[in-house]
Amino acid sequence: MQICNAVDSSFDLAPVAGIVATHTPFSEGDIIGALQDIQERYGYLAQPVVDELARLSGLPVAKFYGVATFYSQFHLKPHGKHTIRVCRGTACHVRGSPKIMDSVVRHLGIEDGGTTPDMQFSLETVACLGTCFLSPVMLVDSKYFGNLTPDQAVKVLESMGSKSASNGTAPEEEMPACQA
Amino acid sequence: MPGLTPEIQKLRDLRLAEQQQQPLRAVRICTTGCRALGALEVHAAFERELAAAGLTRKVALIKTGCQGICAGAPVISIDPDGILYLGAKPADVPEIVRTTLCGGGIVERLCFQGRQGPIPKRSEIPFFAVQKPIVLARCGRIDPTSIAAAMAAGSYEMLERVLTEMEPEAVIAEIATSGLRGRGGAGFPTGRKWSATRAAPGDLKYLVCNADEGDPGAFMDRAVVEGDPHAVLEGLLIAAYAIGARHGYVYVRAEYPIAIEHLKLAIAQAREHGLLGENILGTGMAFDVKIKAGAGAFVCGEETALLASIEGKRGMPRPRPPFPAQSGLWGKPTCINNVETLANIAEILRMGGAAYSGLGTPTSKGTKIFALAGKVKYTGLVEVPIGVTMNQLVNDIGGGVPAGSAFKAAQMGGPSGGCVPARYLDMPIDYETVKEVGAIMGSGGLIILDEETCMVDLARYFMEFCAKESCGKCPPCRIGTTRMLEILNRICAGQGVPEDIARLEELGSQVKKNALCGLGQTAPNPVLTTIRHFRSEYEAHVNQRRCPAVVCRNLISFTILPDKCICCGRCAKGCPAHCISGKAGKAPARATAPDREKGKVGEPFAIQPALCIKCGACFDVCPAKAVVKQ
Repeated sequence: MQICNAVDSSFDLAPVAGIVATHTPFSEGDIIGALQDIQERYGYLAQPVVDELARLSGLPVAKFYGVATFYSQFHLKPHGKHTIRVCRGTACHVRGSPKIMDSVVRHLGIEDGGTTPDMQFSLETVACLGTCFLSPVMLVDSKYFGNLTPDQAVKVLESMGSKSASNGTAPEEEMPACQA
Repeated sequence: MPGLTPEIQKLRDLRLAEQQQQPLRAVRICTTGCRALGALEVHAAFERELAAAGLTRKVALIKTGCQGICAGAPVISIDPDGILYLGAKPADVPEIVRTTLCGGGIVERLCFQGRQGPIPKRSEIPFFAVQKPIVLARCGRIDPTSIAAAMAAGSYEMLERVLTEMEPEAVIAEIATSGLRGRGGAGFPTGRKWSATRAAPGDLKYLVCNADEGDPGAFMDRAVVEGDPHAVLEGLLIAAYAIGARHGYVYVRAEYPIAIEHLKLAIAQAREHGLLGENILGTGMAFDVKIKAGAGAFVCGEETALLASIEGKRGMPRPRPPFPAQSGLWGKPTCINNVETLANIAEILRMGGAAYSGLGTPTSKGTKIFALAGKVKYTGLVEVPIGVTMNQLVNDIGGGVPAGSAFKAAQMGGPSGGCVPARYLDMPIDYETVKEVGAIMGSGGLIILDEETCMVDLARYFMEFCAKESCGKCPPCRIGTTRMLEILNRICAGQGVPEDIARLEELGSQVKKNALCGLGQTAPNPVLTTIRHFRSEYEAHVNQRRCPAVVCRNLISFTILPDKCICCGRCAKGCPAHCISGKAGKAPARATAPDREKGKVGEPFAIQPALCIKCGACFDVCPAKAVVKQ
């Protein structure tokens, strides 16, 4: 991994210094928090940004990538505008989350971890959202959609402007309960 | 001990003043968990309607944390009457205000529906009958974003007493007397953990609250942190005093944004009131706490992996000993306690260790919070004395499995736990008894399973989870879980061979014995317990290529019964594989002569088995139940 000469002009690296400043004095214990701040600001961990973070913090860049590749929260590639998180917790599993996942995968035409080509939607699974009473549940950005059927899951995505990757259309059905 | 300081007196005055201001009448709405089902809109509707009725000053409107009965979200309590309304929409609010708050009557359709009709009073609802709320006493009652509300309800009273009246050793002794065991899963006696950390040499000691509730199906720590964050902070402060720690961390999952928000607020408020910092309440005690947000790694619930994560490293565990009490965070003595454990501390001191130990069973004292979920009527959070039976939890509190099915097993303890089958319904739930049947108490996640759950598929699901979450450091876990998953995938796909079951048992026992940390050592549990209690299901998959619960896709088929098909065409419309054909129209059996003349008669739909992807969309959508799964 290169540290200094990988600067990409398309990234505004100025905010990195501000993020490092909030973790001063910067020690190894601040790596996860700083990467979370970077991802919050830039949407994902772009290489030039992480390299700049490492340079300003004075820690080896390998430490940052070691952490970034271990934890599932971090993305090294650009993320879609909306993040769909389908819960794969136990309660959701026994109440049909595999079917919800299938219908979302088919509808968006992407797999777990993928992003639609128009950069609108990224699809993830999450171990448990801790909202088992809503099972099966999916989190779209910060909105929970609970007690879902596969058709309702597709309806939710369509209401957000998703284009179906398959030709099948879902029958008319009421939108499920949702709230931010 | 410094005795009563002016700062403590000031805090007491504040509490007293706040207690006197508590309104008599209040509407309490859960706006944490219930937020997902419209609680904020219901709250806004109450604001409007109370103002319109001129009740704004007479009735307090309080946003609370979890009130327990999540199945009825959004949950609303009306006090002092103790009325509970479930599932109200904003449109129901005018009627609640008119009928109940102004008229003193009951809106029956929003009440809990018991066998003999609606039950308006919370205290009479069977869901709450067996419960003994100690940790959850304030949760769902107070506004978790207000330190004044928490204090009026008794927060920090015990901290005051500890700082003025008790030596650290006396605090540890009291907790040891209570018999409290770690609520995160392993059940290690808390008093012993504290005294080991206190006894460890060194001036710099750390205290860590483990709020990395990763077990799928467990949500009690989330509810406690969201609903009563000051209970956790008070527990941390008392623990810090007892072990002599100056620095504390709360490690919370990033997936719990409301918990992080409420905790941040609580810490800021506590600092403002002199409860955190250099000279706490003028007593000379110094302690401060930082929040560390996890970044999505299940293994970080394991204590040494959690410490690595706080240190900013990849969250990988290390061998013990040395235990964290000797060498933990940055090599210093560290005590790690779970959220629920810490939230118990102040209440144990309030009631006395001996009284607390009067609850529960001879080896497992006190209460435990369980998260009831899955195929059960009333999902939610329940706090019961340890030792209640599975039957009480599932049927008396949870209302049993939904009509039309039957209780098959309860999955306890998440991916580290196991399945307790129906024949153990009368088993008392405590650390030891649960272990005897192959499961673990764990953090208290209790997923109820009915006959539609395939135990092999469930074991496969957990193994997939563990294989994915294995950190990769030790080969028994990294390779063992992957090999076990391959075998389970094969069995579920109908390609199992008779030796597979014995192979799973052999591999499972090896992984258990040889893995480095708790994740690997317990990962085979779901497989081993399902083989132990449901061997016939494995044998049906392997020997007869049959899934008795009709779940595993490669072993099932869908067909449409032509006699039952009403020719509506919904199955064909919803089929993603486009493998259903027929003609929409009137069902031939019900068609009249004019229908025939006009060509309005349909033809029953049929599935082309070769193209079917077994997604079950047709089965779910058919209004005539003409699609059969076998």
